[in-house]
Amino acid sequence: MTDMFGPAEWAAIWLSLRVALVAMLGALPLAVWVAFVLARKVFPGRQLLNGLVHLPLVLPPVVTGYLLLVVFGRQGPVGALLYDIFGITLAFRWTGAALAAAIMAFPLMVRAIRLAIEAVDPGLEDAAATLGASKRRIFATVTLPLILPGVLAGAVLGFAKALGEFGATITFVAAIPGQTQTIPSAIYGLLQVPGGEPAVLRLVIVSVVLAMGALMISEWLARRVARRVGR
Amino acid sequence: MLQIAIQQRLGDFALDVAFTAPAGVTAIFGRSGSGKTSVVNAVAGLSDPDAGRIVVADQVLFDRAQRINLPPQRRRVGYVFQDARLFPHMTVARNLSYGGSHDAARVIEVLGLGDLLGRRPAGLSGGERQRVALGRALMSNPQILLMDEPLAALDAPRKAEILPYLARLRDAVQIPILYVSHDVSEVARLATTLVIVDAGRVVANGPVGDVLSRPEAVPLLGVRDAGAVIMTKVAGRLLDDGLTELAFSGGRILLPGSFGKLGDRVRLRIPAQDVILSRTAPTGISALNILPVTITALEQGRGPGVAVGLRAGNDKLLARVTRRSATRMGLAVGQQVYAIIKATAVGPEDVGG
Repeated sequence: MTDMFGPAEWAAIWLSLRVALVAMLGALPLAVWVAFVLARKVFPGRQLLNGLVHLPLVLPPVVTGYLLLVVFGRQGPVGALLYDIFGITLAFRWTGAALAAAIMAFPLMVRAIRLAIEAVDPGLEDAAATLGASKRRIFATVTLPLILPGVLAGAVLGFAKALGEFGATITFVAAIPGQTQTIPSAIYGLLQVPGGEPAVLRLVIVSVVLAMGALMISEWLARRVARRVGR
Repeated sequence: MLQIAIQQRLGDFALDVAFTAPAGVTAIFGRSGSGKTSVVNAVAGLSDPDAGRIVVADQVLFDRAQRINLPPQRRRVGYVFQDARLFPHMTVARNLSYGGSHDAARVIEVLGLGDLLGRRPAGLSGGERQRVALGRALMSNPQILLMDEPLAALDAPRKAEILPYLARLRDAVQIPILYVSHDVSEVARLATTLVIVDAGRVVANGPVGDVLSRPEAVPLLGVRDAGAVIMTKVAGRLLDDGLTELAFSGGRILLPGSFGKLGDRVRLRIPAQDVILSRTAPTGISALNILPVTITALEQGRGPGVAVGLRAGNDKLLARVTRRSATRMGLAVGQQVYAIIKATAVGPEDVGG
């Protein structure tokens, strides 16, 4: 089993999984909050927030990667601040890859979670309020359990998207083997050298299996949310 | 006791109501869109009136002038919604205890919920859901109970199943109950006080027997649904004929069927359109119930009908006749006439405790 992949391939697979997992877990709480705000609150600037969230979905990934480089690079306003205060560098590091993946996955996560929130009858939250539950308790005991399958579906979708991110990642953090070379950038790199095809094929199969698995889990969870909220 | 006086603009609709609900069941009756639910939502704190004041017992829930507006969480209202709104991901037991476990054993017993505790809302019938919703509201130990058409979504058999529970509840709890309905027979069976709302305003308000027997209430209730409510006592039973004899201040009424024990108090609704008037004592007629009455009011309706207010003893009855009959018979206030009530006209849905 272990000798199926070379050390560079293993590094790419593990890095991809780590980057995708960190990106997904980091973005999830924010995605739930943004989805809740977009689904339930009416405020000036709601459309602007909605547009901002969806921007990475419609922008060319290279543009997103370039913007990340400008903002989070060592010379960028946020990047310089992070380095000066915390000594954190994002550009050309795996953490930067996670940030790029998180931003690219964010709109997909928000969309899935928002759909689940919109399927919850606000009347149930009203009922909980008349029973004396605080806003926090209502969210924890009524809203969150009802949208949980939707949140999980969004997480799986976000994970899959983060796993496959290429354009923004390679622009922001390049493809340094063992550092920032994820599966997609490894495949791209292997395609540039003669005799790379067998390794490419192996990584392609890994990609397909991971993506299919994530998609099927997401579908299954989506069906559960429908059954749980529709009584 | 609930005191409410509120104004609220809802789009094109203006709500402007004021009334007092004493202990017992206060029914808010009106057509759909008349503003009934808005009143209840304002009491619960689910909507904010533009002006006014809401006081339950001695606690001010809302006072625009004093800038008091308690959130729903702090109002201690028990709200039973038309669509139950049980939490679909919790068992019945967890739904019930969500707002507290006040008097849990008795609530479960009175509402017959013991067998449902382990089940989920999705597996309950409509009637069962409403009983659970009612139990959940009661167990939160509210200082007022709000019920927004809790039976409207149920078919007749389910309604009949849950109505006795509501009557038991009314007699068992000491808190005021605000009961929104557009079903006169429901109101007649349950309510102690009746508030009729039309186009956002209170158009009639008082003890239920009094309001229902007002001739001017007939168009508000709908000509088919209008009818007086009287309190009677079971005075006897004609076993051979399968009839029950009910006594009230104006005489005796025979009804088919057997209900109550001797001496039990029975609330009876007599639909106005099933009361026939005669100037002379009728003979050779199949109707069993002929009561001497005095005409107290004649109210011209918009259509061809006339609502006739009657006094029988100390009780009030209501009859509805055509204008043509009223003219031909020369009906006038103060006249002594006979009210004829067909025994089978009073259905089981009109008899309550």
